[in-house]
Amino acid sequence: MAIFPFVVVVWILGIGLYGIVTSRHLVHQIVCLIVVQSSTYVLLLGVGYVTGAVAPYYFDVPNHTPAVDPVVQALALTDVVVEAAVTALLLSFAIQAHKRFGTLDPHELASLKG
Amino acid sequence: MTQAQRRWIFLFAGTGLAAFYLWGLSGLPGFGNYPGPYGPAILQIAVAQTHATGVVSAVNFLYRGFDTVGEEFILFTAATGVAVVLRHLRGERDRSAVDEAADRDVPRTSSAVRMVALVFAGPGIVVGWWLASHAQTNPSGGFQGGVVLASAFVLVYLAGEFLVFQRVSPVDLLDVVEGVGAGGFAATGLTAVFLSMPFMSDWLGLGQYPGAVSSSGTIALISFFVGLEVAAAFILIVGELLEQTLLIRQEAS
Repeated sequence: MAIFPFVVVVWILGIGLYGIVTSRHLVHQIVCLIVVQSSTYVLLLGVGYVTGAVAPYYFDVPNHTPAVDPVVQALALTDVVVEAAVTALLLSFAIQAHKRFGTLDPHELASLKG
Repeated sequence: MTQAQRRWIFLFAGTGLAAFYLWGLSGLPGFGNYPGPYGPAILQIAVAQTHATGVVSAVNFLYRGFDTVGEEFILFTAATGVAVVLRHLRGERDRSAVDEAADRDVPRTSSAVRMVALVFAGPGIVVGWWLASHAQTNPSGGFQGGVVLASAFVLVYLAGEFLVFQRVSPVDLLDVVEGVGAGGFAATGLTAVFLSMPFMSDWLGLGQYPGAVSSSGTIALISFFVGLEVAAAFILIVGELLEQTLLIRQEAS
């Protein structure tokens, strides 16, 4: 069980990448990218977890109670924000691609170039 | 490249990735035995040093505040990017969906949806505000609060029409709020420099005791600015995306 969360990480990463590789629709591809990125949340939180520890909030527990790593939690927060920003930008590119070329199939888009 | 070829290349690369990953896993200390130096070090000093009981906020808005400024500007740039990419192209003009089909009306929003959306819009604003202003004590902060605030405005769109959404969130005002949020964060950090302290260090005073809303100095102030910036950025992004489907039409040639 000691490595189970990290196996979950690579599983989420793998199915996300498989989706991107085989995708036939830009919006589907963007969703697959979100799946890939969500593997990093599991990785970050898995790395910083400490067995039997509390959340790093000392509002109602005594100071210096063992807590999970706050640094990776802050990184996960950054991760979420960047993901939301990137997704918004990619979706707006998809909208413009559809307007311009009338398709959202990555293969057709590649052959339309020029 | 055919679909089958892509799959084979992916399979080959995926096998390699899995092999290296499993090899790397064998060297990890295992789940639940985090050994890193930074987390425990910060947990030791954070509460006494910052008077913030929310250590994640202390990390985000103080210890790695410099990084968070960068992160804030990623969001700022993305909102600007969406506005630029989705600008009106040649041959496009604003036109409400109402007059697209002359023979039928746009279906009205059902009263159940209106009711639920309006019931949640007010509490959404209160909860968002609360989250943005309690980063120093509880699991909350400007990023979370900003998103909740933005969703309250999206509920207004759900309950009414896009034009109502535009009226309660005018783009000019949002641009100003977003600028104040992003600029306020950077200015808070720079104020420390003008007071001959390191960038982003606390210059407001720590307040009386850890856990008080008024304590933890600049952490609370920065969280508030981040809340403004995030809320404005997300309302702008949602507004741009909605405008694309609801308002912008190709001009008939």
